[in-house]
Amino acid sequence: MKNTSRSPIFWSLRGLLGGTALGLLTMASGQALAADPIKIGVIAEAQAIAGASIPQAAQMAADEINAKGGVDGRKIEIITYDNHSSSADSVRAFQRAVNEDKVNIVIASYISEVVLALEPWASRLKTPFITPGAASNEISKSVHSDYEKNKYTFHGYLTSAALALSVCDAAKELLVDEKHMKSAVIMSEDAAWTKPLDVGYEECLPKIGLKVLDHIRFSPDTTDFTPIFNKIEGAKPDVIITGISHVGVQPTVQWKNQQVPIPMLGISSQATNSTFGKDTNDASEGVLYQGVSGPDVPVTPKSLPFTQGFKAKFGNFPSYAGYTSYDEVYYIADAVKRAGSTDADKLVEALEKTDWEGTIGRIQFYGKDDPFTHSIKYGKGLITGLMLQWQDGKQVAVWPKEVAKSKLKFPSFIKVTSN
Amino acid sequence: MLAFQILIDGFAISALYALGATGFTLIFGVSGVLNLSHGAIMVLAAVAAWAAASTLHMNTYAGALVGVAVALVAAFATYFAVVQPIQKSRRIPNEEKEIFVLTGTLLWGIMIQELIAFFFTNNAKTVLPIVEGVVDIFGVRTPKNEIFTALVCCLVIGLLWLMVNRTRTGKAVLAASMNPRGVTLLGLELTSIYVVVWAIYGVLAGIAGVLLGMFLGVSSYSVGPLTASAFSIVVLGGLGSVSGSLIAAFVVGYLETLTAYLVSPAYRTIPALLLLVIVMYIRPQGLLGRR
Repeated sequence: MKNTSRSPIFWSLRGLLGGTALGLLTMASGQALAADPIKIGVIAEAQAIAGASIPQAAQMAADEINAKGGVDGRKIEIITYDNHSSSADSVRAFQRAVNEDKVNIVIASYISEVVLALEPWASRLKTPFITPGAASNEISKSVHSDYEKNKYTFHGYLTSAALALSVCDAAKELLVDEKHMKSAVIMSEDAAWTKPLDVGYEECLPKIGLKVLDHIRFSPDTTDFTPIFNKIEGAKPDVIITGISHVGVQPTVQWKNQQVPIPMLGISSQATNSTFGKDTNDASEGVLYQGVSGPDVPVTPKSLPFTQGFKAKFGNFPSYAGYTSYDEVYYIADAVKRAGSTDADKLVEALEKTDWEGTIGRIQFYGKDDPFTHSIKYGKGLITGLMLQWQDGKQVAVWPKEVAKSKLKFPSFIKVTSN
Repeated sequence: MLAFQILIDGFAISALYALGATGFTLIFGVSGVLNLSHGAIMVLAAVAAWAAASTLHMNTYAGALVGVAVALVAAFATYFAVVQPIQKSRRIPNEEKEIFVLTGTLLWGIMIQELIAFFFTNNAKTVLPIVEGVVDIFGVRTPKNEIFTALVCCLVIGLLWLMVNRTRTGKAVLAASMNPRGVTLLGLELTSIYVVVWAIYGVLAGIAGVLLGMFLGVSSYSVGPLTASAFSIVVLGGLGSVSGSLIAAFVVGYLETLTAYLVSPAYRTIPALLLLVIVMYIRPQGLLGRR
C-alpha cells in the first residue's frame, strides 16, 4: 500500500514552528504589558520546619503588597518548589523556575550546601537569587572574588563570621560580665556553615574572656550524644558554645535526660522554631540560642505585626528564615520599583542600594569592595541579632538589653559556676 | 571511670540494637523475607507515640502502647499489602520473588517515610521517657531511662526466647524456620504461622521504635540508617540466626561506643562497617550463620 499522507514528523515540525511563532508573539506582547506579574520563585525545604516558613512568609508578603495594589500596578506572583533538602532537586527547581516558569528572581533555601550549589546557576542563568537562611561565608566571598560573574547572588542572612560575632557579643555581657564565666567548649556539627563559624568562635571567644578548652566537631548524622557530653563534661568548661542546625532536638533532649550540668549557648537553628519545645518535650528549658528575631521581640515596628499575622494564618510562629524571606519579598518589590524594571542587571544594581527596615532590623548589603560582598551588614543600627532563651515553654529575648524581657533562667540540673 | 562509662552506655545501645534486629532476623529466618521497611516501621512507632503524647495529650504509658499498636498494624499492612500479594502472584516467577519482596518493602518503607515527613515534618521527635531522672552507677551519672531501655530490651528478648522454646505456637514458628515443608506435612497452616511471626515482629519493632524514640529520638531521616543498621547486624550475625544477631548487636554497639569515646564521635560507625566487610571476606555466612 502506498502511503499518501505526509509523515508525522512533518506535522509535528509544522506544529512546533507554529507554536514557537505563537509563543514569540505572546512573549513580545507580554513584554509590552506593564501589568505583567513580578514572578518570584521560592525554592525551599517544605518538610523541614525552618524551611517550611520560607514560602509561607514570602506568600504572605506578596499578598500584602498585592492587596495594596502591587508594584506600579504589577502584582507579585510567588511560585514555590519543594527541594526535599536536596542540592540536586534545588538545581533542577532553579532551572525550571528560570527556563520554564520565567521567574524574575529566586529566593532559596536555608542550607548552605544547597545555596552554594545554586550560586553558579544564578550566574549561568543570569537570574538574581537571595538566600533567606544559609550562613556559609563562602556564599558572599565568591561574589567578592568574581564579582562580574557572581553578582547575581545575594546573602539575605548573616554570614557565619557575623553569627560568631553576634554570639560572642551576647556571651560577653550575659556570661562573662554577669556570671563571671571563664571557659568554654565549642560543640559543632560538621557542615559547610560551621567551618567559618568555628574559626570565628576560636578567634572571638578568647577575646571576650572565655578560654576554649576543647573543640568537638561531630557528624550531622550523630544520634547518640552521650559520649560527646561526657567528653565535654570531662573538660570542665563553664559553658558549651553550640553550632548546630541539622541536629537540635536530639542533643537537647539527651542534654536534659543526662542532666549535663553545663549551660548551652550559641547557634541552634532548630531552637528558633516555635515547635522546638513540643518536639523536645520541654527539654529545651534553659537553652540559649542566637536569633535575628523572636515571637515577642519588637526588633522593629514591623516585627510583631508580622509574627502575629503569620501565627494567625499558619498556626505557628515563623522560623528564622520566615522573617528574612518576608523581608526579602518586600525589598525585592522595593528594588523593582526603584529600578523600574525586572531586568536582571538593573535589579542587581537596585538591590545593592537596598536600605530597608524589615522585621529583623535595617537591611543593607556590603558592597563590591567588602570581603563579604552582597551579604547583609552586621552592626549596631543595622542587624545585631538577639540572644533568646527557652523559658517556661516560650522563646524569651535576654539580650541585648534594649529588647530583653527576662534574666537568664536555668533548669535545676544546671550549675552556673565558673570552674 | 571511662571504662565504666563505655560499659554502661555501650550496654544500653547494644540492647536496643539487639531488640531492633531480632524481629528483622526472625522474619527472615521463618519466611525468607528481608523486610526493608523495617526502619520505617520503627520510626512510625516512635512518631505515633510522640504524637499521642504531645498532640492527643495521652500519658507516657498510653502513648507508648499507641506506638506499639501502630507498629503492629504497620507490620500486618506490610505483610498483607506488600509481601503476601508478591508471594502469591502467579505472574512473578518464583526465583524472582525474593527480589520483588526486597524492592516492594523498600518502596513501602520510602512511602511511610515520606508520609511521616509530610504530616509531621522531618524534624526529629523524642518520646517522653517513662522514667525520668538519673542515678549514679560507679561514678557514672546514668539516666534512669537508659537503664529502663536496657532492662525492657533484655526482658522482651527473654520472653521471646521462652515463647519460641516453651510454647506450642513458638515451637511451630521454630519448626517453620527449619523446615517449612515438614511443618505443612504435620498439618500446620504455614500462612497462619507467618501471620503469627509478623505479629511478633510488629510488637518487637514497635517496642524497639518507641524505646529508640525515648532514648535517642528519631526523624524521618532515621528510616534508612535504621534499616541499614539492622541489616548489617543481621548479616554480621548470620542471616536468620537470632542468637547470631544478638551477639552481633553487642559487637556493633560496643565497637561504636568505643570509637565514639576513644577516637572521635565523628567516626562512630566506621569500624563496625569495616568489621562487616572483613567478616564478609572471611566468613560470608556471618558469625553464627548456617550454610
